[in-house]
Amino acid sequence: MIIIRLALQSLRNRWITALLTIMSIAFSVMLLLGVEKVRNSARASFSNTISGTDLIVGARSGGMQLLLYSVFHIGNATNNLTWRSYKEIAARPEVKWIVPLSLGDSHKGFRVMGTTKAYFQHYRYRDKRALVFAGGGIFNDLFDVVIGADVARALDYQMGDKITVAHGIGEIGAKHDDTPFRVTGILKKTGTPVDKTLHVGLRAIEAIHVDWQTGTKIPGQTTPAARMRKMKLRTKSITAALVGLKSRLQVFHFQRFVNNYRREPLSAVMPGLALHEMWALVGTAETALLAVSAMVVVTAILGLMTMIFSTLNERRREIAILRSVGAGPQTVIGLLVSEASILTALGVVIGVASLYTLLLAVRPFIDRAYGIHLEMSAPSGPELLVLGAIILGGVVAGLLPAWRAYRQSLADGMMVRT
Amino acid sequence: MIPDQAHDVVQLRDVSFTWPGQHRFNITIDEFVLQGNEHLLLLGPSGSGKSTLLSLLAGIVQPRAGDIRILGTDMTALGSAARDRFRAEHFGIIFQMFNLLPYGAVVDNVLLPLRFAPGRRARAIEAGGVEKEAHRLLTALGIEEELHTQPAAQLSVGQQQRVAASRALIGAPEIIIADEPTSALDRDRQRDFLDLLFSQAHKVGAALIMVSHDSSHKERFGRTENLRDMVCISKEDVS
Repeated sequence: MIIIRLALQSLRNRWITALLTIMSIAFSVMLLLGVEKVRNSARASFSNTISGTDLIVGARSGGMQLLLYSVFHIGNATNNLTWRSYKEIAARPEVKWIVPLSLGDSHKGFRVMGTTKAYFQHYRYRDKRALVFAGGGIFNDLFDVVIGADVARALDYQMGDKITVAHGIGEIGAKHDDTPFRVTGILKKTGTPVDKTLHVGLRAIEAIHVDWQTGTKIPGQTTPAARMRKMKLRTKSITAALVGLKSRLQVFHFQRFVNNYRREPLSAVMPGLALHEMWALVGTAETALLAVSAMVVVTAILGLMTMIFSTLNERRREIAILRSVGAGPQTVIGLLVSEASILTALGVVIGVASLYTLLLAVRPFIDRAYGIHLEMSAPSGPELLVLGAIILGGVVAGLLPAWRAYRQSLADGMMVRT
Repeated sequence: MIPDQAHDVVQLRDVSFTWPGQHRFNITIDEFVLQGNEHLLLLGPSGSGKSTLLSLLAGIVQPRAGDIRILGTDMTALGSAARDRFRAEHFGIIFQMFNLLPYGAVVDNVLLPLRFAPGRRARAIEAGGVEKEAHRLLTALGIEEELHTQPAAQLSVGQQQRVAASRALIGAPEIIIADEPTSALDRDRQRDFLDLLFSQAHKVGAALIMVSHDSSHKERFGRTENLRDMVCISKEDVS
């Protein structure tokens, strides 16, 4: 008891160095665990974006690319899928449901996606959750728009607001001032790219392009909305299609069918597999980041060791006194090792606590800016193991100077160094 | 005359010891005997083997050869843990200075040896409880009550030496070793300190060994020895 009390008093006596040591350990723990949390959250966010879809069908391309442009709206399709092929695929007996996706237009920096009502019925995210409306409902009219939660918040759109949709992608696309869309549905937040998307019917996509030919506006031609409604707007091609099969056992068979489709070169990918491909790609960067964080932890522990070593000379006296009253090596070594352990443990606890506080604070911002939903789960098993390893590292960091201190005390004999 | 073994507190015979390190010194002590209740003044400047002798007595180092008996126990036969325990039980040690853990409370500094010495703890409890005994000794050595709970660093050098004496005396160990305990004090305080130390050591019936380079207190000790006559130092040829 008295030894523990004196050890704590000794530590309090050196509180500035002790505090700095604790802080450096806390920061390193924060960094290591933070990287791990962000990494897992990013993965989860990606993985949670699509659920319940067996295959994504698009023009022939890499699986990862198809997944990125069709579901995550990252990059653009190199080629389209003809409506005829789409119809043929949709008619296959294995197909339970199919949802066409038509991308390529934007509204004030947000993507516009043409689809069908089936989209709202079959699209699933995070553990097969369906899209929920915060207000309004599915589009009915040609110029009805269903907007994602982020679109509504960022542009402050209410139900019934009139908006214009542009052809092309980018902050400032060429504007179709003459095609007046109306907000008829606002979706609840999902934490997926859906939040940043404006959904319209497939025919609306064609309507946007009525006055356009091969990428440029036909001079002087503006078709009034009323006339457009009466026009025969036929979809000629789409970007991709989400497919649900009657049985998951048919996935490989059906995938082969699409990949070998004769009329045009097509690809079908399983979302999970494509994601896996993506993790394999970014895995190297993640590992590098993790390695750097681990180095920071090692540096912090070395700093702890440095601190204990540097106090060793002034503590020679303390140790000589303890030896003179009969303290054995286990007391001298125990004193220094317990000091190192206490500092490390405090650092770990403070690091974890600060990390969670920080995560809680930046969560809304990260969600808004990157669409990554930071998980606030307790440290996982492997994370706890890492924390345990850090504390163990602290113990080892205490052992070395402790052993040296004991050797010194033997060499000093019955003398107190001044 | 053969010395009475039971009565001898300390017995050293043909002891030789070498300090490890670059400059190896070989230190030999042919004979050194101390009897119970004896108050011995060992005179000698630094470098006269004083530190070696005290380290050997307290069991911090082991001799290369020879026989060390303390209170009838053969120290050379004990392992290091047993020697640590033996030191805690039977020795009270006062250094020249820096005796105390500066951040620790005065009373904690006094109680420290009891943590390692169950026998002394039992004696202190018998005398009325460990805390009470610590306070009693501190008061007897002239440390005011209100200082007892203060950190030791707040005390003057003279006060610190008296706290160190209280620590050496608590639980009544058989041997008190004082290594130039008064060198940091002025004449008057030296006398006061020794008065208190002698009376308290007498009360518990402890043998007292004090090492000093100053012979002015010679008349107060029952016996005075010169370290030079006792300890032989030779430089060992390393090659």
